[in-house]
Amino acid sequence: MSASPSRIAFRQQSVIPGFGLTMGLTLTWLGLIVLLPLSALFIKTSELTLDRFIAIITAARTLHALQVSFGLALVAALVNVVFGAIVVWVLVRYDFPFKKVADALIDIPFALPTAVAGIALTALYAENGWIGSLLAPLGIQVSFTPLGIVVALVFIGLPFVVRTVQPVLADLDQELEEAAASLGATRVQTLVKVVLPSIWPALLTGFALAFARAVGEYGSVIFIAGNLPGVSEIAPLLIVIRLEEFRYADATAIATVMLVASFLLLLIINRLQRWAELRGGRNA
Amino acid sequence: MTIDVVGVTKRFKTFTALDHVNLTIHSGELVALLGPSGSGKTTLLRIIAGLEWPDTGEVRFDGEDALTRSVRERNVGFVFQHYALFRHMNVFENVAFGLRVRRGADKLPEAAIREKVNELLSLVQIDWLAERYPAQLSGGQRQRVALARALAISPRVLLLDEPFGALDAKVRKELRRWLRHLHEELPVTSVLVTHDQEEALELADRVVVMGHGRIEQVGSPAEVYDNPATAFVHDFIGETIALPGEVRGGALYFGSHALGLDPQGVADGPARILARPHDVDLADPGTTPFAGKVLAVRTFGPTRRADVELTSTGGPVVVEAAVPHGQTLEPGTKVGLLPRRYKVFPQPAR
Repeated sequence: MSASPSRIAFRQQSVIPGFGLTMGLTLTWLGLIVLLPLSALFIKTSELTLDRFIAIITAARTLHALQVSFGLALVAALVNVVFGAIVVWVLVRYDFPFKKVADALIDIPFALPTAVAGIALTALYAENGWIGSLLAPLGIQVSFTPLGIVVALVFIGLPFVVRTVQPVLADLDQELEEAAASLGATRVQTLVKVVLPSIWPALLTGFALAFARAVGEYGSVIFIAGNLPGVSEIAPLLIVIRLEEFRYADATAIATVMLVASFLLLLIINRLQRWAELRGGRNA
Repeated sequence: MTIDVVGVTKRFKTFTALDHVNLTIHSGELVALLGPSGSGKTTLLRIIAGLEWPDTGEVRFDGEDALTRSVRERNVGFVFQHYALFRHMNVFENVAFGLRVRRGADKLPEAAIREKVNELLSLVQIDWLAERYPAQLSGGQRQRVALARALAISPRVLLLDEPFGALDAKVRKELRRWLRHLHEELPVTSVLVTHDQEEALELADRVVVMGHGRIEQVGSPAEVYDNPATAFVHDFIGETIALPGEVRGGALYFGSHALGLDPQGVADGPARILARPHDVDLADPGTTPFAGKVLAVRTFGPTRRADVELTSTGGPVVVEAAVPHGQTLEPGTKVGLLPRRYKVFPQPAR
């Protein structure tokens, strides 16, 4: 009690040991693995003058590529949240033959080299592919259009939603649904008023992960996208193109914009998630 | 509302949870389903609620078939063991849930909902917690919320699944009295599932003792305690001293020694003589049906128990006898056991 109050209470008395060691390791690790490469990015970008920087990032081709990357990543993440939630529901709530196999299939987009995924999807959705040939008479072209990009991003993003929501739904006490039903709620009311609010934070996390992955996705997209500048060219591809032209500073300028934008979006989603959790009354 | 359960059987894969159960619960009664885990009591409650369907048999509410109605149409208030409160809603919204989900002609105006919820919160004495979330409440408070929520739909039947199971002893006792009081104030038929005999005996008008998916006995708390219908009920409710014996030619024997006790009509064969500890006197070893050696004497609070080893042809049998106040008993001494009130049941075949 008589300890000097001038010392900032950076650490509190705790029975959990090793604060100094683990905190030190954490900061070193984060610094080496995350912060160092990122600062290199900013340093390289700073070789540019401000005017040049603004000129690069406001060029029509850059703006369009960013728009395609972020816009389509959002669309794909939204699609994944809806259908991922349905997949989770089926996997958690029902028993069916080959359930374990279906469950394992979810992880394939994690493991498959993205280029393989891209080539496979392109073959399927091309005008003479299995699915593409069915869609072509309807006037829908998937390969080599922005729609193709969405298909690829949905493919690689699905496991993020499923794997974040699955444990939360599995933990959700079935008694909650029984209680709602005994109080007279219909299935839809139970779903909307009881189940969804409980898995909402997990859905947001899944959305954020799927979105973040989709923004940075390169391998699977470039095969199916067609890569027409101003139509279906994604920002990561534009960065690669600039690198191949030895315009390193231009490449890092675009990368910086992507990084900052991603960071801001993830921050917003994180805030949303905290708000949803608070509303969930989980903070006692 | 009268509830009739007729010939209900329920199997989970190979396990028979309920085996041809028949039970009538009268309007306004508070009935306790009492039994060990796995006796089928919770399954029976869930079938009455409509959360589970029987394989065969009928459930009738006031003579009408209830099985054709789903849980949301049965108008039963169900209180879950672990409360099952909605964590993302505060206490007020939890209680209001059953009123807010109503559609069409039953829909209540907001003012009526507020009035009803506030009335219920005062009834369960937690009106000052209306704005809190479930995570901020103690176990006893959560149980009160769960009860208020179940009562909001004005149920004619209140079903409680081990409602006090997760609470500490003191809170449990207090809530028990209060629940009894509440049951008397409301026009409701209540069914309570419990494995706690004290709870069942103190709270219920009638106790249904269940074991292995069957009803062993239905009766008032005094009946099931004083006149257990089966050895299972005798063992399960209250404390039991089990003395071994055998019926031969209409008389009870222990080994070759005639006990001089009434076989109570039990047929020839191995039998169990069951008695309450306070109904067995310690006496001079020469004069009593049973005699044995004291192995140890233990004291818990006001009661003292002695482990007495009875020697017979089939090897030693240890029974636990109550030692009256003022009597000292040394380990190693010989002592006689004299059952004053007892029940004889045939030994189940193994």
